[in-house]
Amino acid sequence: MNVSFKRIGAMVLRYAYLLRASYTRVLDIIYWPAIQLLTWGFLQTYLVRAGALAAPGGAAQAAGTLIGAILLWDILLRGQQGFCFSFIEELWSRNLPNILMSPLRPAEFVGALVAMSLIRLAVGVLPVTIMAILFFGFNLWALGIAFAAFFVVLMFFAWSIGLFVSGILLRFGLGAENLVWSLMFFVQPLGAVYYPVTTLPNWLQPVSWMLPPTYVFEGLRGVLIDHVIRWDLLTQGFAIDVFLFAAASAAFGLLLKSARRAGSLLQTGE
Amino acid sequence: MSQNAVAPRPTLAVAGLSKNYDKRRVVGPLDFSLEAGSVTGLLGGNGAGKTTTIGMVMGLIEPTQGSVHAFGCDMSRERYGALGRMNFESPYVDMPHRLTVRQNLRVFGMLYDVADLDAKIEQLAKDLALGDFLDRQTGRLSAGQKTRVAIAKSLINDPQLLLLDEPTASLDPDTADWVRTRLEAHRRTHNCAILLASHNMSEVERLCDRVLMLKDGTLVDDDSPASLLARYGRDTLEEVFLDVARGRVEGASA
Repeated sequence: MNVSFKRIGAMVLRYAYLLRASYTRVLDIIYWPAIQLLTWGFLQTYLVRAGALAAPGGAAQAAGTLIGAILLWDILLRGQQGFCFSFIEELWSRNLPNILMSPLRPAEFVGALVAMSLIRLAVGVLPVTIMAILFFGFNLWALGIAFAAFFVVLMFFAWSIGLFVSGILLRFGLGAENLVWSLMFFVQPLGAVYYPVTTLPNWLQPVSWMLPPTYVFEGLRGVLIDHVIRWDLLTQGFAIDVFLFAAASAAFGLLLKSARRAGSLLQTGE
Repeated sequence: MSQNAVAPRPTLAVAGLSKNYDKRRVVGPLDFSLEAGSVTGLLGGNGAGKTTTIGMVMGLIEPTQGSVHAFGCDMSRERYGALGRMNFESPYVDMPHRLTVRQNLRVFGMLYDVADLDAKIEQLAKDLALGDFLDRQTGRLSAGQKTRVAIAKSLINDPQLLLLDEPTASLDPDTADWVRTRLEAHRRTHNCAILLASHNMSEVERLCDRVLMLKDGTLVDDDSPASLLARYGRDTLEEVFLDVARGRVEGASA
């Protein structure tokens, strides 16, 4: 496949111009992760002081798992939304046919959306990790290599969901835009974000283990409570990621083909 | 000429092209080709299938049957071999509103791998009189200014195949005339084949050396403007258009 980094760079530049021209968009990127951290962070502070949080190793570790989970959840959510928000800008501005009629390949388009997902994360979540240190004494970066592994597993899952949602938007237009905001939230109850998988009913646990984030959040608790990096879990999570990313890519291709067949690419409104 | 001489390959070749929605045929079957340096008008009333036809030529709509070849590339399988040499302008498509005109042209210039992009943008700004608003956000421009920017985008890669859907629809007569002059110049200097969907009959008469008349998705006539006028016994293409649209085609046989 003939991939051009210049064309990927053109799309990244297009989104960078947009962010530079719209302070409200930048504010939005920073605002929600900060609000999420402060709300949940102060709640867990209250719960620790009230003695409501108890876990092996003590309340401080329980607090660490909660704030760590908040930060990693935000990375997952904002990673997916950063991917999809860049894509949906093309629908809002009715620019998609210009993009699809240009020499830009679908893989290059996805590459640009992945890059924007990372850039938006850096803008939005990086300050929040610093806030977590300042307000709650929790340093995500101190997890080191484990954090890098968590990040990779979460991001591939975020991009898979982003790719699938973008395909749905291609096919069904802006009528499906709520999925950009809502779809990832199915992971929150099932993905063992704030509690161990064993909390779920037995029949639901196999469903949870089908989701890569489950391996990350279980891994986070392993690091903070048991002080071990569960490479076995992370490897399994990444293997599922690879499968899901391939499935999402195939779904995107099929939905693009379906949109071409339905003639919906020239009229991508509601 | 040698007996072995091969006819030059058309810039665009459309064969048996049709489109159905829910088993209802909306276009086709269409057969036509565009030679390099030609301007072909695509005429028809609202809903006649012009935009669907252009969409299929662009590869944005999948034909139910038939094929489109641009520069010899099958647009259903090898479109990336042709897209760098094509471009289009359509009223159904905008450019990012928050970006300035210069930023938009820069992004599209990079997508089309345009060499010496700064010089190209300056030249387009001069040719299409974009200079006054080159650094203004595209969304803040008037309809006519936006159309000129869209035409600038469609010319940024010096295309050899240009698909235009109502390119002067929102322009005042002076600016529209001026844009037509630029399109004629581009056709001459780049030997560009142009497919032009328009409701402006004087524009078609001026620019086109051939006219395809569509009605209910099918090709009902295909000739030069002069021949159409002669065959229909009319003074203007608008009268010919009305004859075709209203089914008054008895006297139109070739």
